[in-house]
Amino acid sequence: MIPILLLKDGGLVKTTKFASPKYVGDITNVVRIFNEKEVDELMVLDIEASAQRRPPNFELIRRIAGEAFMPLSYGGGVRSVGDAQRLLKLGVEKVALKTGAFERPSLVREISDAFGAQCVVGVVDVKKSFWGKYEVHSHTRDSAPEPSPVRWAERLVREGAGEILVQAVHRDGTMSGFDLDLLRMFDGKLSVPLIAAGGASDLQSMRAALGACRLSALGVGARFVYHGPHRAVLVSYLSAADLDSLQRVTR
Amino acid sequence: MITVVDYGLGNLGSVLNMFRKIGAEARLSEKPEDIDRATALVLPGVGHFDEGMRGLRERKLVEPLGIAVRERKVPMLGICLGMQLFARGSEEGREPGLGWIDADVKKLVFPEGDRRPIPHMGWNDVVATEHTLFRGLERGARFYFVHSYHVVCERAEDVAATCSYGIDVTAAVRHENLMGTQFHPEKSHRFGMKLLGNFVSSLSPEPASARA
Repeated sequence: MIPILLLKDGGLVKTTKFASPKYVGDITNVVRIFNEKEVDELMVLDIEASAQRRPPNFELIRRIAGEAFMPLSYGGGVRSVGDAQRLLKLGVEKVALKTGAFERPSLVREISDAFGAQCVVGVVDVKKSFWGKYEVHSHTRDSAPEPSPVRWAERLVREGAGEILVQAVHRDGTMSGFDLDLLRMFDGKLSVPLIAAGGASDLQSMRAALGACRLSALGVGARFVYHGPHRAVLVSYLSAADLDSLQRVTR
Repeated sequence: MITVVDYGLGNLGSVLNMFRKIGAEARLSEKPEDIDRATALVLPGVGHFDEGMRGLRERKLVEPLGIAVRERKVPMLGICLGMQLFARGSEEGREPGLGWIDADVKKLVFPEGDRRPIPHMGWNDVVATEHTLFRGLERGARFYFVHSYHVVCERAEDVAATCSYGIDVTAAVRHENLMGTQFHPEKSHRFGMKLLGNFVSSLSPEPASARA
């Protein structure tokens, strides 16, 4: 179970279907809360770096990494091997690539060759069109060289991504369950660990996702920052017993 | 007061913050005179072996560290590259190591046909035979690893803990006042906090003798 934290203007936000970001708190505070909850891995995505064509906010990442008592993945605005190297030096374990790979798929290869495939997470955001067709989503003006989500993921793996994160944009922040049809499309297709995100709600939804596709982890956003019907901000995580019951499903 | 040696490799924020969290006083320093006065040392580090040795040499830390460890018997914990620097040298580079333990750092090599990824990266179970750092962590503890090279000790009794990654990997070493972990306690939440806590309590003589 990987909490996915979104950054905008240096603050922690949560989006719904990748839009209407709501400020939910100070990122370093939230990282400290996840320390208490013994989270095994944390992912931080800067959702505006690529759209603004700016590099990662290295100073902020340095502070986040300094607070994190667990391995950290970072994505957003990574465009070069130099960016990746700087992030790894700051205490980030994995670098997530999305827009950078749209612009130049070989970036994945370069970073993977330099630091190992384990350090590279390929991000495949997927939206469901009006006609029910799945397509790779872009939140910038760049678009994926390959519109099919599975084929784009396969390409990222060929380029050297050691892990793939698939996020269902149309489920993001909705807490309405994972898109199981989408996950079934990915089942057995990739040779690297797959993380699914978008729609996590109750334990049942998590079990359903793990049943639809062989996954290495589930990414969770809203479910861990909101509480109750009015979406009050309350950082939470699963209990050890619930985590254990999910781990048994994956085995 | 624990002195965390800053020799220019990596973000030491989480090491300091974890000590703070468990209520231990720790500070960063890259000054030889602080090493001379230190009563406990931590040598962290992520990066290339040669870069690590050069970082220590450029700051004129090799000699004061040697005196602290060998003559003053100051307890010292090496983390990841920090532990590897205790060895005589590494296949990763050409610089001689600190040579404090009879060990060499070698590239991870797996049996024929085993094509698991390098670096070894991720959480792994650790089995410990040492009971100062690993008190309460002898079984069932998991720690976070990121490394492509591992420490191969000449003397089996210097190995404090192992993990399995295709081969038996030295997860921790212990030799007199030297302790080292290949994994990152500062990235291993509960387990790492317990281990650093054990290091801290080993520094105060009274509770340690009460336990012995």
